[in-house]
Amino acid sequence: MAEQEHGRAHEATRHQNAQVHHHHRHAPVSRHEHGHHLLQVEDLSVSFRMYEEGAPFFKARQREVEMIEALSISVHAGEIVAVVGASGSGKTLLADTILGLFEPNATVRGRVWFDGEPMDAAALQRVRGHGISLVPQSVNHLDPLMKVGRQVEGFAHPDEPRRARRRRRERLFARYGLAEHVARRYPHELSGGMARRVLLCCALMDDPRVIVADEPTPGLDLDLAVRALDDFRSFADEGNGVLLITHDIELALRVADRVAVFKDGTVVEETAVASFASPDLLEHPFSRALWHALPEHGFLPGSPLDADGAVQLPGRSSLHCGARLVDDVSRVELQGGNGAGATCPNASEPSQGVGRREVRDRNADEGAGKGGSRA
Amino acid sequence: MLEARDVSFGYPGTKRLLYEGFDLLIGAEERVALGAPSGFGKTTLCRILAGYERPLAGEVLVDGAPLPKRGACPVQLILQHPEAAVDPRMRMEKTLAEAGEVSERLLDELGIRRAWLRRFPHELSGGELQRFCIARALAANPRYLVADEMSTMLDAVTQAQIWRFLVAETERCGIGLVFVSHSPALTERIATRVVDLAGVS
Repeated sequence: MAEQEHGRAHEATRHQNAQVHHHHRHAPVSRHEHGHHLLQVEDLSVSFRMYEEGAPFFKARQREVEMIEALSISVHAGEIVAVVGASGSGKTLLADTILGLFEPNATVRGRVWFDGEPMDAAALQRVRGHGISLVPQSVNHLDPLMKVGRQVEGFAHPDEPRRARRRRRERLFARYGLAEHVARRYPHELSGGMARRVLLCCALMDDPRVIVADEPTPGLDLDLAVRALDDFRSFADEGNGVLLITHDIELALRVADRVAVFKDGTVVEETAVASFASPDLLEHPFSRALWHALPEHGFLPGSPLDADGAVQLPGRSSLHCGARLVDDVSRVELQGGNGAGATCPNASEPSQGVGRREVRDRNADEGAGKGGSRA
Repeated sequence: MLEARDVSFGYPGTKRLLYEGFDLLIGAEERVALGAPSGFGKTTLCRILAGYERPLAGEVLVDGAPLPKRGACPVQLILQHPEAAVDPRMRMEKTLAEAGEVSERLLDELGIRRAWLRRFPHELSGGELQRFCIARALAANPRYLVADEMSTMLDAVTQAQIWRFLVAETERCGIGLVFVSHSPALTERIATRVVDLAGVS
């Protein structure tokens, strides 16, 4: 009861820019509708079972390789959170996890809430495309054997007939400067930028609450990229949330409200966009290295380098947001501990490895295909 | 000189010609940025220059000679989507070996960890894969390098590292560089000349 009242009081709270509050900073637009985050990921860790590299073939043992560790991130209603960070730090993996796409050899632990509901793997799958949509990183997510118009339209629902969906698709295409004849083309006939726009249309088709956009802008010229990001902005302004994973910090800063800096599988700093005005406002050395590496600020390849070319860190920062707005009792583990129970429910999915970018993505219309690259 | 002479190109099945009577001249000491709106045909031009597509008319010449039909091409292309540029069934070490011997120095400069060599492409991130593609292209001893939006997969720090390395390397070996980038700031940094395709043809 007290919890509920607390929630209501919280809802009324307005945040200042860069205000620190339950362990992360807030932007002015951050609000906690119904007293919770729109999307909250807490203590997430993802590891892969792999054979030892370099061991002789028959003697190689399996071991767990942690890719994401103790990661917490949240998206408020009405806000765009940009995730920037080192390549290979697990950003795409985070996107896949939120969409409930798990590799067969992955062990995923942690807690995810969507709109206040604790989610497990099956629930994440259910809301995929019907609440949380993905703009995938790889254009391989398009079905190579299906015309793109049909892919975007997807399947008609009883309450939304084919014709309505087609009109909707036509409006989206027009908005992104895709001519009508593009709808009759196959993915290989599109340029990189056109394919990117088609993926964007897929995600916007089904009125999601949260869009997870995994590098939506490469291949788009500045005009189109800005238009796409402006669309995310207006989408967020309607009370929805966007998790924008990108390398293009300049563009991200234009529209985002907060920035989460990713490094080696965890969030090292979650900060308001305003902090990117000057490196002095950034707390973590890696965030500062990112700032200095931008082509317009010196283009420095990062000073403290180790042999691997990665920036050395003095240990994990204490900055991740560990606050919970949801009652502890209702926590649901995404997946149990290690061992048999730890394999994913959808581990039976065909795939792995090799011919992975093929036709399985029948649900590409949900913007939730699986395949391609990982991080 | 890398020269596109009087090149015309259109994809089969379409009536529209992307390029008609197109000329481009690139010196070995130049770093040329190609600019045009999305869908104009930048990637197509890159593919023509590197011999992936044959022009309907006209020719691509390297130092006056057409691109060789066999052996490593003197114009190497780094693709926009690295996941489409590697064999998904081959471990990375074999992918690298496609270009012959790859020096340890190259691997170090590009920040390729030795542990990645035993992995399959799907076990690496987009940025990590792209480093392999760059290493492979450089190991083929090209005269010219065509980079089609190669750094969009990389974070700012890695992008700065790799571009700096690439600029130093191309200057050291006298490799001409043609690249496509949508970032004006990056183009400003790297390019010695900007070619606006929309204006040319």
